[in-house]
Amino acid sequence: MADTATDQAFVEFERVQKSYDGEILVVKDLNLSMPKGEFLTMLGPSGSGKTTCLMMLAGFETATHGDIRLGGTSINNIPPHKRGIGMVFQNYALFPHMTVAENLSFPLEVRKIGKSEREEKIMRALGMVQMQDFAGRRPAQLSGGQQQRIALARALVFEPELVLMDEPLGALDKQLRETLQFEITRLAHDLGITTVYVTHDQTEALTMSDRVAVFDDGRIQQLAPPDQLYEEPQNSFVAQFIGENNTLLGVIEKIKGDTCEVRLDDGSIIDAKPINVTEVGQRTRVSIRPERVEMDKTRLNPDAHTLKAEVLEFIYMGDIFRTRLRVAGNDDFVIKTRNAPDQIRLTPGTQIDIGWMPNDCRALDA
Amino acid sequence: MAETMLAADGTPLKRSLARALRRQKLRALMLIAPLLIFVLITFIVPIASMLFRSIENEIVQNTLPYTVQELASWDAATGEVPDEPVFEAMYFDMFIAAEAKRHTRLGTRLNYEQTGLSSLFRQSGRKLDDLGKDIQKPLEKLNGDWKDGETWYAIFNGTPADTALLATQRARVAALTDNPTEGDVNFAPRADIVQLLPKTARAYTAWAVFEATQKDRDPATRDPWEALPVALATDLQTADLSTYSGPGADLLRAAQSADLPTPDFTTAFVDMDEDWATIIPWQTIQTHSSTYTGGYFLNAVDAQKTPEGIAWQPDDKQILLKLFGRTIWMSLLITFSCIALGYPVAWLLANLPMRKANMLLILVLLPFWTSLLVRTSAWKVMLQQQGVINDVLVWIGLVDDANRLIMINNQFGTIVAMTHILLPFMILPMYSVMQTIQPSYLRAAKSLGATNWTAFWRVYFPQSVPGIGAGSILVFILAIGYYITPEIVGGTKGVFISNRIAYHISSSLNWGLAAALGSILLAAVLVLYWAYDKIVGIDNVKLG
Repeated sequence: MADTATDQAFVEFERVQKSYDGEILVVKDLNLSMPKGEFLTMLGPSGSGKTTCLMMLAGFETATHGDIRLGGTSINNIPPHKRGIGMVFQNYALFPHMTVAENLSFPLEVRKIGKSEREEKIMRALGMVQMQDFAGRRPAQLSGGQQQRIALARALVFEPELVLMDEPLGALDKQLRETLQFEITRLAHDLGITTVYVTHDQTEALTMSDRVAVFDDGRIQQLAPPDQLYEEPQNSFVAQFIGENNTLLGVIEKIKGDTCEVRLDDGSIIDAKPINVTEVGQRTRVSIRPERVEMDKTRLNPDAHTLKAEVLEFIYMGDIFRTRLRVAGNDDFVIKTRNAPDQIRLTPGTQIDIGWMPNDCRALDA
Repeated sequence: MAETMLAADGTPLKRSLARALRRQKLRALMLIAPLLIFVLITFIVPIASMLFRSIENEIVQNTLPYTVQELASWDAATGEVPDEPVFEAMYFDMFIAAEAKRHTRLGTRLNYEQTGLSSLFRQSGRKLDDLGKDIQKPLEKLNGDWKDGETWYAIFNGTPADTALLATQRARVAALTDNPTEGDVNFAPRADIVQLLPKTARAYTAWAVFEATQKDRDPATRDPWEALPVALATDLQTADLSTYSGPGADLLRAAQSADLPTPDFTTAFVDMDEDWATIIPWQTIQTHSSTYTGGYFLNAVDAQKTPEGIAWQPDDKQILLKLFGRTIWMSLLITFSCIALGYPVAWLLANLPMRKANMLLILVLLPFWTSLLVRTSAWKVMLQQQGVINDVLVWIGLVDDANRLIMINNQFGTIVAMTHILLPFMILPMYSVMQTIQPSYLRAAKSLGATNWTAFWRVYFPQSVPGIGAGSILVFILAIGYYITPEIVGGTKGVFISNRIAYHISSSLNWGLAAALGSILLAAVLVLYWAYDKIVGIDNVKLG
């Protein structure tokens, strides 16, 4: 963000590698730097190394190689309890033999904070998550969402500058998850806490984060704000992992500045924007978001390439219509249209022409 | 709310539900029935009857029914020996008991309370016939017919019969011999002779029932016991035969007018053994004549029931309370050593990778595959003075050859061997509880700023307490009743109360005391269980 001296990187990973067995690298050459106050999400499929990164940051795993710095100092050799990092676990890890208040009191007691100050902080933390009335309950007497709130309050009660969250909403139902997503982001921003959030749910990542690091195969595939990540994926993994995506396979026919022509496998030609393709003749995977596909020719450039498509299936989803098409031999080409009063409802078997703005069609690695 | 909920067909909902569930319950019951019946027959019923022996004391009442009755009015506090009627009742009771060979058993029972009574009863039983002969001989000299059993039978048998007397004597013999006395005895006491000669009729009826039911012999042709002339002589002192005209009337009149010796029961007993002239045996009989007694329980805690109330044994004779104390103390020590040794192992088991944990688990379970006797004997080999451990210590020079350590036949040996044997019972419940404690708790604690120790002590340990509790209950209850191991390696100083129980069951045959000791042990375990439930809560116990 800003380049002032005080705003320098708060959390830094520098050339970090991790291997458990000495044969396979779970994390390969990780470089990441986070300014203070940022909400960063590590997103990726399971086994992509995102949780390992979080555990290294928390101190439960040691990096095989490289340096992890917090506030400018290396924390490689600092045990977890001295790092002062708040952490929220996937299964909440609320101590079952303690009441809610005792759970929150625990980090304060080990820091030898006086009783009155402790109580004040506990009530303030419970207030932040609207759980003041539950101080005397035991975790088992709380619902999943309530437990999650308490876990959050416990991670915040000792006022850490950095909070780590390891898939904290994984076990909750959809509606509760959405409420809590909002609450967590609000709290993080209000308190100005730097947050590292791990999830495999891309909606969560997109709605909550300042920046998202997409992990795969032990590497960060792309690190970008959510809108950029969605609209401008840097490679085909990111494109397919984030949001719904139509892909067509082909070969680069022609590259001209920031546009190129791609010959699809059935011979038809389309326009695309080259992202990580460089030469003519290279195999490419063309990616188009379903909502960016246009059926109305009048809204396209007159010289834009169009493709023939056959409607296979029409699904009414309330706010949108989802239509499955056969395009260039691909049976899974999906378009999404808004449920507007003048919107056409396509019937299976109809032949239509589709097209798109060249900017929305990204030619990526195959 | 006043209205009851109705099912669709109008019956109350509760009844409808109960009916629907009944079939399910019945099926469940049938599934457990074989085991339930098996346990009931082979386990619960014998144990209940065994425990019942701790308060059961019918033997005095059954053996000496009339003596107990006569003694009721005697006051031991006067210091006087009881009157003649007591001795008289004692004579007839003892006589039939001696015939049934039950008097020694009573002697043994009373000997638990008062030493010396066993031999007193045994010897007196042998000499009882002396008094009978003193009277039998003159009577038979008077008329040879008295020798003949048929004469006696003719006098006492007939109708109208006194069925009540027959019934009481049947019951008495049954109680005395523990055998049934139903069936035909080919005898019925005639009512008029019962009126006239009550004591003789009673003794004869008892004899007839005994002969017919226990010996399977016909009383009509058998010669009666020596006690009968004695009874007859006693009755004839007071009987009014003037109007009697039944069978043997002349014989009886002749006997009455003849100068038969007067039976003096007091002198007879004192002649048998001088102890009868003291109040001690009488006092003991009187004190312990009730059908149910707390006497065994008092004995079990080194006390005794005396006519003055409950008295404690002198200090040097108090062994059982000490033994209880030692049993509990050593069981606690064993439990704590099991916790101390088992906790780290259980922790490892729960935290090692699967394959290594399974290997370790097999090592923990290995002792279960070896016979208990073998393991205990192995400890004998290890611990004895010429044993493996001492040899090694001497060899490396830690212990002088002349001063080999005494590690067996004492408390140390018992504790070591039993800790080893009971260790799996501690490790397994602890392991199963620790397995459920997720590693994220420790991580959470550390992330919240706790050191390794604080995280363990405040977060991990409290959650493992149910496992420790379950293991401790299991080990303690097993230890408190352990028998084999203390028996083999405990010597005299390292034995448990169970060894004492076994001694009373198989050697001293004082089953009442053994049952009382067992009941106290059972009660102690139940109290501990209850206390644990109050303090920790039994819901917190997890065995897997």
